[in-house]
Amino acid sequence: MLSKSDRDYGTPPRTSDRLVTLEVDGREVTVPEGTSVLRAAALADVAIPKLCATDALEPFGSCRLCLVQVEGRNGYPASCTTPAEPGMKVRTKSEMLERLRRGLMELYMSDHPPDRAACAGNGNCELHAMADVVGLGEVRYGGDGRNHLAARRDASNPYFAFDPARCIVCSRCVRACEEIQGTFALTIDGRGFNSVVSPSQHQPFLESECVSCGACVQACPTDALIEKSMLEKGVAARSVTTTCGYCGVGCSFKAEVKGDEIVRMLPHKDGMPNHGHACVKGRFAWGYATHPDRVLRPMVREGTSDAWREVSWEEAIGCAAKRLREIQAKYGLGSIGGITSSRCTNEETYLVQKMVRAAFGNNNVDTCARVCHSPTGYGLKTAFGTSAGTQDFDSVLHADVMLVTGCNPTDGHPVFASLMKRRLREGAKLIVADPRAIDLVRTPHIEAAYHLQLLPGTNVALINAITHVVLSEGLAKEDFVRERCEWPAYELWKKFILEKRNSPEVMAPLIGTPADQIRAAARLYATARNAVIYYGLGVTEHSQGSTMVLGMANLAMATGNLGREGVGVNPLRGQNNVQGSCDMGSFPHELTGYRHLSDAATRGSFEAAWGVKLDPEPGLRIPNMFDAALDGSFKGLYVEGEDIAQSDPNTHHVAAALSAMECVIVHDIFFNETAKFAHVFLPGSSFLEKDGTFTNSERRISRVRKVLPPMAGKADWEVTCELSTAFGYPMHYAHPCEIMEEIARLTPTFAGVSYEKLDRLGSVQWPCNDKAPAGTPVMHIGQFVRGKGRFVITEYIPTDEKTGPRFPLILTTGRILFQYNVGTQTRRTANVVWHHEDLLEIHPHDAEQRGVRDGAWVKISSRAGETTMRAQITERVPPGVVYTTFHHQSSGTNLVTTENSDWATNCPEYKVTAVQVMPAAGPGAHRAAGQGADARAAVDR
Amino acid sequence: MDQHQNGFDPAAVAAIGSRLKDRPGALMLILHEIQDRFGYVPRGAAPIIAQALNLSRAEVHGVATFYHDFRHQPPGRDVIRLCRAEACQAMGAVALAEHVRGRLGVEFGETTRDGAFTLEAVYCLGNCGCSPAMVLAGELHGRVSLARFDELLAERKEGRR
Ligand code: SF4
Ligand code: SF4
Ligand code: FES
Ligand code: FES
Repeated sequence: MLSKSDRDYGTPPRTSDRLVTLEVDGREVTVPEGTSVLRAAALADVAIPKLCATDALEPFGSCRLCLVQVEGRNGYPASCTTPAEPGMKVRTKSEMLERLRRGLMELYMSDHPPDRAACAGNGNCELHAMADVVGLGEVRYGGDGRNHLAARRDASNPYFAFDPARCIVCSRCVRACEEIQGTFALTIDGRGFNSVVSPSQHQPFLESECVSCGACVQACPTDALIEKSMLEKGVAARSVTTTCGYCGVGCSFKAEVKGDEIVRMLPHKDGMPNHGHACVKGRFAWGYATHPDRVLRPMVREGTSDAWREVSWEEAIGCAAKRLREIQAKYGLGSIGGITSSRCTNEETYLVQKMVRAAFGNNNVDTCARVCHSPTGYGLKTAFGTSAGTQDFDSVLHADVMLVTGCNPTDGHPVFASLMKRRLREGAKLIVADPRAIDLVRTPHIEAAYHLQLLPGTNVALINAITHVVLSEGLAKEDFVRERCEWPAYELWKKFILEKRNSPEVMAPLIGTPADQIRAAARLYATARNAVIYYGLGVTEHSQGSTMVLGMANLAMATGNLGREGVGVNPLRGQNNVQGSCDMGSFPHELTGYRHLSDAATRGSFEAAWGVKLDPEPGLRIPNMFDAALDGSFKGLYVEGEDIAQSDPNTHHVAAALSAMECVIVHDIFFNETAKFAHVFLPGSSFLEKDGTFTNSERRISRVRKVLPPMAGKADWEVTCELSTAFGYPMHYAHPCEIMEEIARLTPTFAGVSYEKLDRLGSVQWPCNDKAPAGTPVMHIGQFVRGKGRFVITEYIPTDEKTGPRFPLILTTGRILFQYNVGTQTRRTANVVWHHEDLLEIHPHDAEQRGVRDGAWVKISSRAGETTMRAQITERVPPGVVYTTFHHQSSGTNLVTTENSDWATNCPEYKVTAVQVMPAAGPGAHRAAGQGADARAAVDR
Repeated sequence: MDQHQNGFDPAAVAAIGSRLKDRPGALMLILHEIQDRFGYVPRGAAPIIAQALNLSRAEVHGVATFYHDFRHQPPGRDVIRLCRAEACQAMGAVALAEHVRGRLGVEFGETTRDGAFTLEAVYCLGNCGCSPAMVLAGELHGRVSLARFDELLAERKEGRR
């Protein structure tokens, strides 16, 4: 059920160059050809009664309530399925129409629970609204005919319930699941009077194919499908438009609130990234935000073996500032630093790097994006001149071929995956290059034309082989290259790629994919009218992560697939604000907008604004901070909103480094793993508790709005300001909008961004400045940001992480829909019913060789360490490759990953670890040692 | 549920699926063939068909339950299909239906306790000239009076038909 405040035009908009003018109840209205009479009427402010139609779905024409009369025609056509025609004269009201509608409504109402006060829709229910509209006083049939009132309610899904007695079988839910979500989990069982909505084979929702996106719940016009939170809390009093705090899709939501309690999160119809859709995380799994595990009081302690003391904000901040100052006095200016988070807002990230540079006086600032997308920044900047994806999400609707590699959109970026699937159902072709058979390879109505099942670590070999085919078979668009790219660099690169050693035939044995498949896929990509690349951490988290990004950029340039809709090279960002945290100058060598510190003019503008001298030398990256900590030169760290002890590779190394520091300040909403090494704990605020902005994977800046007051009393940005002030560099902002003003003033790509504009337009995509006041959906149109596109030679160098007799399998990692990264949030929600432990996927062949049985415990060991988990035998992974997720701290996945990293950016190589897998008697020792993040044993209350 | 799955052979369903999956209207063809083979469409068939056609289980289920042709339980040893369409109705099919339900002690779509007979409704057997019509164990009968029905039933039970 939508909320009443959402206007519904009945059928989706149409785009057409041809316009049609018609008359509805005497009002003239002009609409694009193909628009329904129902929508045309709505646009003319004539509301025609309707039930089965909604503008999120194609019309269906089943309820007949929307019937109208058209001058010169017989009968009463349904306006939702009747296209507007020039000169049409439509009547929506007449005695006859009213009688027909009343009769129809009467039938519906006679089979609906009579107690209107019990309707949980409470004013938002479309059925009851329609009954009023058609003036239905009483129901003649009474309630004692054959009806469905005793049908059983299904409350199996943790977040929503289905009551068939309240269902009018309009099929809106079935169609939402198909058209919007693309899962096809619902159907109508039976026909006629016996028809009922059926998840899968007439099963409870939880046992069906449902992925709990909530699209059906939203589409339902009655309270048959309804959020449980709404049943518990009632209808909201107000709603606040904000942005999801989970993944890099950055869906727009209306947080519906009653008092200080969230009633539900409803995807925002006008939200540009999601157009009213969402996934189970953003839509339902927000309960973590008020979970009792939230730490609400600041804490300090002397050493990490001492007990924590709860103290006032003032004392905690004062103590943190004092210790950092003392460390600096003792060990030098460069002995402290800070880490920003992709979970926090742009404004907060900006402040942390400002504090490090201006207050700490060094450039020891880095971000957790280091561990995921730093190669994206490096690669795309080198090739095109901008450290960001080239397209907006909607651009996919113009793509004819998609190359999806190293990402798993249906799990990692579900809402964008639904958009991709829509385009694929329309006929676009799909190439998946991934070691694992992700869902997109084959899922109802979608089948990849090619699944190039490469071995982890051979991305560059594959992209070179694909490009070799393009060039050697004359499929390159050299006109484009000549006009848009550096020609001499192209020629050099071309010579390199054309070398025989880059051919599919030579590379195939290394890649583990047949050469003819590589050739066929390359041809498909190169000959498409519009071909686009989407990629994720399976590309970047490799020793050659940056090389692969460059390789994809080369491929796109060589085939002219840049600078218009439907093409491009696009990272799918993991966390909500990975893009933003990179944009905000989080890296040790860059100021906002990716401008190098060594550039005197840029540095000068910041020095003038901040009133300090800046160090022109780049500071330490995260791994260098750890190394420096171990050799005794780095002693103090402020970590905002990231659990480096859990999410960084090689847990042992990180633990040793953190233990070697004298002051670790953790600023987080939960007492995380890193906090075990901390001396000061500052309670953070969730995305619901503050104002700010997030920037999603498509460079879209969206407002985060304060829905509730900060539970611990202060928003993160306020805490950073106070810490900086206490440290000796005063920072004062009345509201985050002032921070954005400062960012806009100092950053050319953000020059046109302001809260006022964001309120007005909803969101904007950077660059947003005088040249593009409304932002830039598609980049590099006509010209690359760097001028001419640059080809870079991408030599394939196998990783040092090699399999051998001791460690014969390759472990690679990923995530699933219901959990989010290290799971700090999602493990604290009902999402655990779908995924309560990480499993090791292993091919039947490898399992048999080792005597591993499905569901049994196995020990996974690598050069770095070992861990245990249960095995899942599946052909999703090829022989020689094992796969797991890293959502549960107890799995200790990063105990086994190594410290190998990308040559250019130090992005860790999470995706390739040589391991051995052996049956184990039970869970290993590290599991017994308490369930990590939740064990806050030492807090002194 | 298991007793409803008797005779269900997943490998046979998969074989039917892969043989017919590329034919136009594959889903209906497959469902019919499964019903011919097993006498009904076993619940366990839907996931296998869905996999073969790259559909969801829900879609297969929706189609299988939409058409009256498909049974979802194994039928009795014999199926009685009684016509309930207009011509037969006009010639006493309503009373006949009443009578048959009473005799067998089942509703339409159900099977007698002893597993002998399944009663099903059909809408026109193309035998309108000799209404009311019914099919018993694959044999078409016209002008079925109440007494005639009892006679046919008794003959069948005694193995005379
Ligand atoms: S919640 Fe989503 S996936 Fe589940 S049935 Fe509804 S629309 Fe389909
Ligand atoms: S797709 Fe991502 S941004 Fe959208 S609701 Fe889900 S988690 Fe949130
Ligand atoms: S709204 Fe048009 S038929 Fe239901
Ligand atoms: S109506 Fe019964 S056979 Fe035609």
